[in-house]
Amino acid sequence: MFGPLVCKPGSSRNNKTGPWRTELRPKFLKKECIACNMCLIVCPEACITGQGKNSYDFDPDFCKGCGNCAAVCPKKDIEMVKEDSV
Amino acid sequence: MSKTLFNSGHTACAGCGQSMAARLVIDAAGTNTIIANNTGCLEVFSTKYPETSWGVPFIHSLFENAAAVASGVESAVKYLGKGDEINIIAQAGDGGTADIGLQALSGMLERGHNILYVCYDNEAYMNTGVQRSGLTPFDTNTTTSPVGSASSGNLRPKKPVPEIVNAHGIPYVATASAGFPQDLQRKVKKAISIKGPKYIQVHVPCPLGWRHESNRTIDVAKLAVDTGLYPLIEYENGIISARRQITPKPVEEYLKAQGRFKHLLKNPEEIKKIQDIADNNIKKYGLKLAAS
Amino acid sequence: MKELLEGSLAVAEIVRLCKPGVISAYPITPQTHIVEELAQIVANGKLNAQFVNVESEHSAASTVLGSVACGVRSYTATSSQGLFLMAEVLYNIAGMRLPVIMTTAARAISAPINIWNDHQDVVSLRDSGWIQFHAEDIQEAVDLHLIAYRLGEDKSIMLPVMVCVDGFILTHGLETVNMPSQEEVDKFLPPYKAPYKLDITNPLTLGPLVDPEFYTEARFALNETHKEALALIPKITSEFSKVFGRNYNGLIEGYQMKDAERVIVAMGSVCGTVKDVVDELRKKGKKVGLLKITSLRPFPASHIYEALKNIPKVAVIDRALSLGSFAPLAAEIKAVFFGRPKTPKTISSFVVGLGGRDITRESIKEIFRLLTGKEKQGEFIDLKPELLKESYE
Repeated sequence: MFGPLVCKPGSSRNNKTGPWRTELRPKFLKKECIACNMCLIVCPEACITGQGKNSYDFDPDFCKGCGNCAAVCPKKDIEMVKEDSV
Repeated sequence: MSKTLFNSGHTACAGCGQSMAARLVIDAAGTNTIIANNTGCLEVFSTKYPETSWGVPFIHSLFENAAAVASGVESAVKYLGKGDEINIIAQAGDGGTADIGLQALSGMLERGHNILYVCYDNEAYMNTGVQRSGLTPFDTNTTTSPVGSASSGNLRPKKPVPEIVNAHGIPYVATASAGFPQDLQRKVKKAISIKGPKYIQVHVPCPLGWRHESNRTIDVAKLAVDTGLYPLIEYENGIISARRQITPKPVEEYLKAQGRFKHLLKNPEEIKKIQDIADNNIKKYGLKLAAS
Repeated sequence: MKELLEGSLAVAEIVRLCKPGVISAYPITPQTHIVEELAQIVANGKLNAQFVNVESEHSAASTVLGSVACGVRSYTATSSQGLFLMAEVLYNIAGMRLPVIMTTAARAISAPINIWNDHQDVVSLRDSGWIQFHAEDIQEAVDLHLIAYRLGEDKSIMLPVMVCVDGFILTHGLETVNMPSQEEVDKFLPPYKAPYKLDITNPLTLGPLVDPEFYTEARFALNETHKEALALIPKITSEFSKVFGRNYNGLIEGYQMKDAERVIVAMGSVCGTVKDVVDELRKKGKKVGLLKITSLRPFPASHIYEALKNIPKVAVIDRALSLGSFAPLAAEIKAVFFGRPKTPKTISSFVVGLGGRDITRESIKEIFRLLTGKEKQGEFIDLKPELLKESYE
């Protein structure tokens, strides 16, 4: 029966939002990271992973390039770089 | 992928404060949670059929009835004898809470349901294109409180919803902010540990509606708190039990970061009125750090 | 067991026997006796249910939406303005495929405010996606609730069902009712097992945003299910007869139709009056009959066609209006015959019994009398033309 329209948990991961990035993407320098976890906590896309110093990175399949991870990093260890520079 | 109950692939705008806060809330609440969500940005960007971002049971019905749907969910859970195992969260935007959903919210609070109600306050009807709501601040430029030669924006200050909610005599009421994510998660955890109706109102910047750069979401949210315009308060059993104290910054710092207040920057008279609102909050809630 | 019961108490009792886990309602005349009785039943510990006193009908409907979404059988009741305040939620419940069961004490709509019986409230909600049953008497009201739960909760249907009970006439009238036993009810109505629900072990999302890619199919499927319900209702009612010994078709009921030349089509309690008049006129040799519509939604068009195709003169009684157009039931009955090989010579339309004005035997006789003449279009019966002379000045 088509009709109840229920969705399976977490299925939005089929929808890659990475192509939304137009200009900038984060670059995790992995030098000064103190593993404060702030980038991971604030990422609106839930696309940053990492555990321990200098291990954090983002998933380009989902990152929309908002730049809050770089803005919140207390060590300035994340830079926003031109999309085409990678 | 980090382990989350609010997954990637949703269609919120880049830098959306609501998507940030929604994930923090559900991850703090955990897997044994059922969400009833009203109509609005959050529901639209997270549940586009056939996909959903949610990793917990989630129901969306209408714009104004999240509190009533959650009341039914809670009653069913109680009937099934699972009242102690399952957290129930009703969540809505500021319009769905302060305006069209206020009656259902009041009913839910008065009936004493064991539900945490979360209001994501981005201070206007963003899903329909930035129209003013009862939680839009004074002098804000929105599409239905536009600035013109005869108006400097929204005519009224924010409706005191946390106080209205608190007046229902419920055990826990708090304001929170996307700018203070750990504080938000602590409040969610505290709320769900308490039986009965709970209310958390989270200030969530909207880069599109507030017209700030997408990377300033945390920054702008912090400024709202640090100026005294968005006091972070906790009430337990009707009494203020905690407040975030600040070394107040001038409101201009907050206003100038956002296009919705751009018209005020050359108007010291209006800025004074907004500074008065902040000063009044600082005094009323005792926000000022003793040393400052 | 046979008992003399007020309609509302009989409805409350059958709801108790159906064992809903959540009941939520907001008071409105003439629905109040039903929910007062249920509140007392719960207070007396005779039903293990959460009774949720909400602050509006909008929240009553929303609350049972939420509880049924958790897989718990639920119940609500309303009337008139309350039904209209629920309207948005009712469409939503049907679209979400949640089998909420509701009693509607059919009542007039304001303005002018009027608390008495007609069908304007329920008929206005005919497009909501709810299955809509109309009871003729208290016994049928009782039985239709059992049928409603059985039908709505069927895995192939999963739709809400509204049982329309004429306000005051049935809700406050007394009748000897054959109330089934708990054993009989349990035999006919198994516990509700939801094929999808809010469940932490299988965390589904219900009520997603559906874009143009899928919306049409969702609505098409809803409409198809109504067709499936048309086929399922008679099967359920025949099973009902086996358990309870009372025979319903569940869609339509003919009374003295066999050789009838003049037939009234009607819904609800007026059918009792029509049957009395038919008996009286039959004794005088008049070939008259009644076709009762039990299921307004799904609309049993082919059953109606078969029942009326050889009847020369048909009268449709509407107790509601579609202001500015044809009376609603009459329009649908006429639509049944368009493009079909057989049709009554005339299908007349009469509006009667608005806002609680009594429909007397004389009113019905007048309709049968008018059927001997030319086809009538939305003719008001028992109208007082002298009152229309009142003016603003």
